[in-house]
Amino acid sequence: MTTELSVVAPPAPAVRHAEPRLPVPYRVIARWPETPDTVTLRLDPVAEALADFVPGQFAMVHCFGRGEIPVSVSSIPTTGGLAHTVRGVGAVSEGLCAARVGDVLGLRGPYGTGWELERALGQDVVVVAGGIGLAPLRPLIRDAVAEPRRHGRVNVLIGARTPDDLLSKYETRRWATAYTGVTVDRPADGWSGEVGLVTRLLDRARFDPPRSWAFVCGPEPMIRATARDLVHRGVSGDRVRVSLERNMRCATATCGHCQLGPVLLCRDGPVVGWDRAEPWLSVREL
Amino acid sequence: MNTTTTSTTRITQALPSAHRIRLLRIAREVNIPQGTRLFEEGTRADRFWIVRTGTVTLDMHVPGRRSPVIETIGFDELVGWSWLFPPYVWQLGAEATTSVRAYEFDATAVRLMCEHDPQLGSAVGQWVGKVLAHRLQSARTRLLDLYAPYGSGSAL
Repeated sequence: MTTELSVVAPPAPAVRHAEPRLPVPYRVIARWPETPDTVTLRLDPVAEALADFVPGQFAMVHCFGRGEIPVSVSSIPTTGGLAHTVRGVGAVSEGLCAARVGDVLGLRGPYGTGWELERALGQDVVVVAGGIGLAPLRPLIRDAVAEPRRHGRVNVLIGARTPDDLLSKYETRRWATAYTGVTVDRPADGWSGEVGLVTRLLDRARFDPPRSWAFVCGPEPMIRATARDLVHRGVSGDRVRVSLERNMRCATATCGHCQLGPVLLCRDGPVVGWDRAEPWLSVREL
Repeated sequence: MNTTTTSTTRITQALPSAHRIRLLRIAREVNIPQGTRLFEEGTRADRFWIVRTGTVTLDMHVPGRRSPVIETIGFDELVGWSWLFPPYVWQLGAEATTSVRAYEFDATAVRLMCEHDPQLGSAVGQWVGKVLAHRLQSARTRLLDLYAPYGSGSAL
């Protein structure tokens, strides 16, 4: 895991693949386990590359012989090389987790909307991650801490089920933020950090709500709890950017599997403002 | 600019300043060494604290096992609410996981003040109620086991 930042692939030529529905071959050039069931794969194009990803966007990652799944970028070429972090919970994701250095995967993308950190210029930043939700936020956090003068105070709040489920443990410690808080639901022996819901960390964070932008990723109940709490504290709903997940298949706004209310999340999401997302997430059938 | 807290359950946010000042007048500043047990489950709830620095953990006794930590409490937060409701018995245990500086309050004295001044009593009741509601909501959300592979519940 300590090699995470030291292995930096040379930037690949940004050539958009002509057929967006065909996966482009990418080779696994580094692989490291993040947790017992989660792996990060650093990828390099075998030949032509996809267009540049921005933090928050996702790719359809193809495990040949098994299928493909949407995975947000957990690192982008400009700050550490293109990487995806995958949790093994099904046939495809377990196949991806089992990939070894040298194996070839297929990638389609980039798809969807990004976090758009640039909107938070000169403002306080609150990043809230739950579980594997830290992975899509990692490139955003790297950008935010790399140029601290562009923003006000940067806060990173991380929640996980147990200490073993925390991603990026070593990198997290190095982030120069106004406040980085880590909390778990179920502490293990020797855990001396916080225990409780990730929203409790908002009490410790340093931000001025009317002058803040928040970026939230994690399970949807956690997103709802966090976004509501942020709004309750005075952060405007349109300044709370959340990453939503639905059943994405085509990723090209064709099949409709990822429809949430009036939008298709593969095209209009996954990152949307809470002011738009809240009404949709309040409908029980959606 | 708000540089400290956006919490709505802390005494500084939840209690009007006049009531807060009255309460703090009877508070005692204490330094609690790391590892000190503040209280044990089932014992009499005769005090409560507001943390100024450091961290306190709440734990629950499980027979034959090490008491699991339920929650951590930090800066400006209330430690203990059982002192406000009969039978005034602690529901959990608490331990200082770091050295802690805190305001310590005599529960009987505060209850008497609340009885004599209904406005203060109402404000204190609302403050503690707010803290309780917040913690209950957090506990309920945690019950969802949010970070399980598919989160909680079945798909529609």
